[in-house]
Amino acid sequence: MMKLTLKIWRQKNKQTKGHFVGYTMNDVNPEMSMLECLDVLNETLIEKGEEPVAFEHDCREGICGSCGFMINGVAHGPERATTVCQLTMRHFKDGEELVIEPWRASAFPQIKDLVVDRRAFDRIIASGGYVSVSTGNAPDGNAHLIGKDTADRAMDAAACIGCGACVAACPNASAALFTGAKIAHLGILPQGKPEQDRRARGMVAQMNTEPFGSCTNIGECTGACPKEIPLEVISAMNRDYLRASWKKRDDDVRTVRPMTEWSTGSKLKIDPNATS
Amino acid sequence: MTLDSKLPSGPIETAWQRTKFDLKLVNPANKRKHSIIVVGSGLAGGSAAATLGELGYNVKCFCFQDSPRRAHSIAAQGGINAAKNYQNDGDSVYRLFYDTVKGGDFRAREANVYRLAEISVSIIDQCVAQGVPFAREYGGALTNRSFGGAQVSRTFYARGQTGQQLLLGAYQALERQVHEGTVEMYPRTEMLDVIVIDGKARGIVARNLVTGELSVHMADAVILGTGGYGNVYYLSTNAKGSNVTASWRAHKRGALFANPCYTQIHPTCIPVSGDYQSKLTLMSESLRNDGRIWVPLKKGDKRSPDQIPEAERDYYLERRYPSFGNLVPRDVASRNAKAVCDEGRGVGETGLGVYLDFSAAINRLGANVISERYGNLFDMYQRITDEDPYKVPMRIYPAIHYTMGGLWVDYHLQSTIPGLFVIGEANFSDHGANRLGASALMQGLSDGYFVIPYTIGHYLASNKFAKADTSHPEVRNTVASVQETIDKLLSIKGKRTVDSFHRELGKIMWDECGMSRTAAGLEKAIGQIRALREEYWQNVNVPGSSEDLNQSLEKAGRVADFIELGELMCIDALKRNESCGGHFREEYQTAEGEAQRDDEHYSYVAAWGYRGPGNEPELNQEPLEFNYVHPSQRSYK
Repeated sequence: MMKLTLKIWRQKNKQTKGHFVGYTMNDVNPEMSMLECLDVLNETLIEKGEEPVAFEHDCREGICGSCGFMINGVAHGPERATTVCQLTMRHFKDGEELVIEPWRASAFPQIKDLVVDRRAFDRIIASGGYVSVSTGNAPDGNAHLIGKDTADRAMDAAACIGCGACVAACPNASAALFTGAKIAHLGILPQGKPEQDRRARGMVAQMNTEPFGSCTNIGECTGACPKEIPLEVISAMNRDYLRASWKKRDDDVRTVRPMTEWSTGSKLKIDPNATS
Repeated sequence: MTLDSKLPSGPIETAWQRTKFDLKLVNPANKRKHSIIVVGSGLAGGSAAATLGELGYNVKCFCFQDSPRRAHSIAAQGGINAAKNYQNDGDSVYRLFYDTVKGGDFRAREANVYRLAEISVSIIDQCVAQGVPFAREYGGALTNRSFGGAQVSRTFYARGQTGQQLLLGAYQALERQVHEGTVEMYPRTEMLDVIVIDGKARGIVARNLVTGELSVHMADAVILGTGGYGNVYYLSTNAKGSNVTASWRAHKRGALFANPCYTQIHPTCIPVSGDYQSKLTLMSESLRNDGRIWVPLKKGDKRSPDQIPEAERDYYLERRYPSFGNLVPRDVASRNAKAVCDEGRGVGETGLGVYLDFSAAINRLGANVISERYGNLFDMYQRITDEDPYKVPMRIYPAIHYTMGGLWVDYHLQSTIPGLFVIGEANFSDHGANRLGASALMQGLSDGYFVIPYTIGHYLASNKFAKADTSHPEVRNTVASVQETIDKLLSIKGKRTVDSFHRELGKIMWDECGMSRTAAGLEKAIGQIRALREEYWQNVNVPGSSEDLNQSLEKAGRVADFIELGELMCIDALKRNESCGGHFREEYQTAEGEAQRDDEHYSYVAAWGYRGPGNEPELNQEPLEFNYVHPSQRSYK
């Protein structure tokens, strides 16, 4: 068993100021994951009548992309190619202090504690991150032969889980690795070729509309990426974007306004006497 | 209640073609006048929402996660079956149909399964066209691997991340429709009830998980693609958020729940290591292609695996099932693992584990080839256990993975509430009592891309929809009851956390309604679950308020539903006095310890109706007929 101090960012909501709160844990099993460690902390907080720490998680197998926070300033913590759900506590030393805080980026507005709003990523995908093939339109699966090397390179880029670590790790909070990964995945494959220009222009335009910073080729993103998406995808994005802008046609690119509100505004009035 | 399953008559080979022709169509100009709600954004819900949007319907899609791309379909590893016969090894639509009916231990509907096998071929084409990077041969053709329960190679895959890539394909198609304006996406929004007006599903009540606001959404039809209920066991391979709430609340409004006791235990998961354990991690079944499963011959042999000579190892699956070997179906592999552990021959500290050994394959093919096939799985295993599977055999043990039961649907995938359709794992229809590997992805996408777009059109074209708005008394009643449940959960302020109840429920379910079941155990479990429910509503402690992000409150509602479902599962398992597929009643087994069905008395779907809290549910039976694959004792020897 290990003793650890967790200094965790607590923030009720976007409107309220946040602060760090220190929690001492005396019996951390080195086999448990970082998220299981937070589970144990939360159970004790609830029993003491305090609010548990809100954090995002779902599959706990490193594939859904829900989880993620900074541990001592490093996105997803110290292990390479590992999300916090698969980060076991054996990688920390007895008596260590861990500073845990959410992704920090204007494009990822705060929701609560370690939970942030990553809808900007969905909007980037919606702006062209697909092959426009409606259900029923497809030729036989083997109609296009695709060399193994090509399929493998596409898969390397397609492995992105959309967790946002790249943005959190980047000093500029750029979304270039995320956007480039999708542009590269689809651009490498013959199925994605017909829309290659349109896709690059659409996705880059949306990325620029969101409050992400610009890429200055620092490379922190790929180091933090739990799926080790290679930096080349950013060159692929730049190449596609440049070529597309050069050949620019007037079918205009439509971006959407970044939406940061959650409230639907139409608060339902419930009359408690309505049941009858 | 008489169940009208709307099964097509005539030859099964043309049944779906003929049905499609008979289904009414909605004129393209009229489609945008119809609104459809899709709850869930996984392979089933996501593909349905995208396709209905492409067709021109007005679609609203809901998910509780922060993005539709997080749905738990993403975690499927091994692959997706399709009867392409690209390997020229004797596969066909009929063979996939046959394998699935047999694999399901003759407890699925033949017509549904045939349709699934037929559509499997189009799914691969659609996904390839979307840019899903399936594994390929050097020559550029799609490649396949083998999976349990089949003697042909028909499983398509994208490394160990097939679910991820298929889901991202559906997600991208969905986001394209969001951009086009045909689909409105509601992330972080949980459906808490279905609104039924004049006997038809006309909308849902949902809670915004960030602000806590309840909202009402009205539509002409509602589709649930909300996944399975494996988390009733607390420890399972399901994502932490996976829950039964949407299905269960629809059940309480009149949708029958079918075969709840059919659950699948996956044989290859990483064993439990401690009390803090929050979930179990699956190692893809595809590993059984090249891994050999064994335990020591002698009881209590504590030597490390490399110290145990070949002659003192028992490759028990190869020994007992020479023709399928390590590739027997999941239920058979799981039960055998439990049996050898019960004999005291299990490995690892807890004795609840068996070896999955790759040394023979590494010697034969080289570590490079093995890494190419399973690299990410090996890395994941090493991250979790701190052991290197290239050098030391993996330790694996069965865990809850999938639920074959679900809301009852007819051939059109419509539940017993008109206008409420159920797709993917949330329905019961295609896998009988045991699902074959790589068939869940196939079913989710078949339902979403290729079945529901036809059958829902028929429903919309055949019915008139009176205007229903949020002022309707049923709407107000439904909202009030949802609010009441939330207020109640927050007001109890008892002594126990939601998770502590959930763990206790999970333990009862795993012990008595897990890999093997007995009448006495099930009766005991029913009593324990009833007591647990009583205690829950008096002693649960849900902190915080209903007006912001409150993860404890979300869990509290879901666990309340799991407790009620757990009781129904035990009742169903108790009522089914036979063993079939994943449902193994110790009283009913062959001399060799295989599951013994009782076709004379139990060849039916058990569809349960809700009769109020604490009341015995109502059993409805839909008889099963087998005209093509004749029920026999399943043999994988």
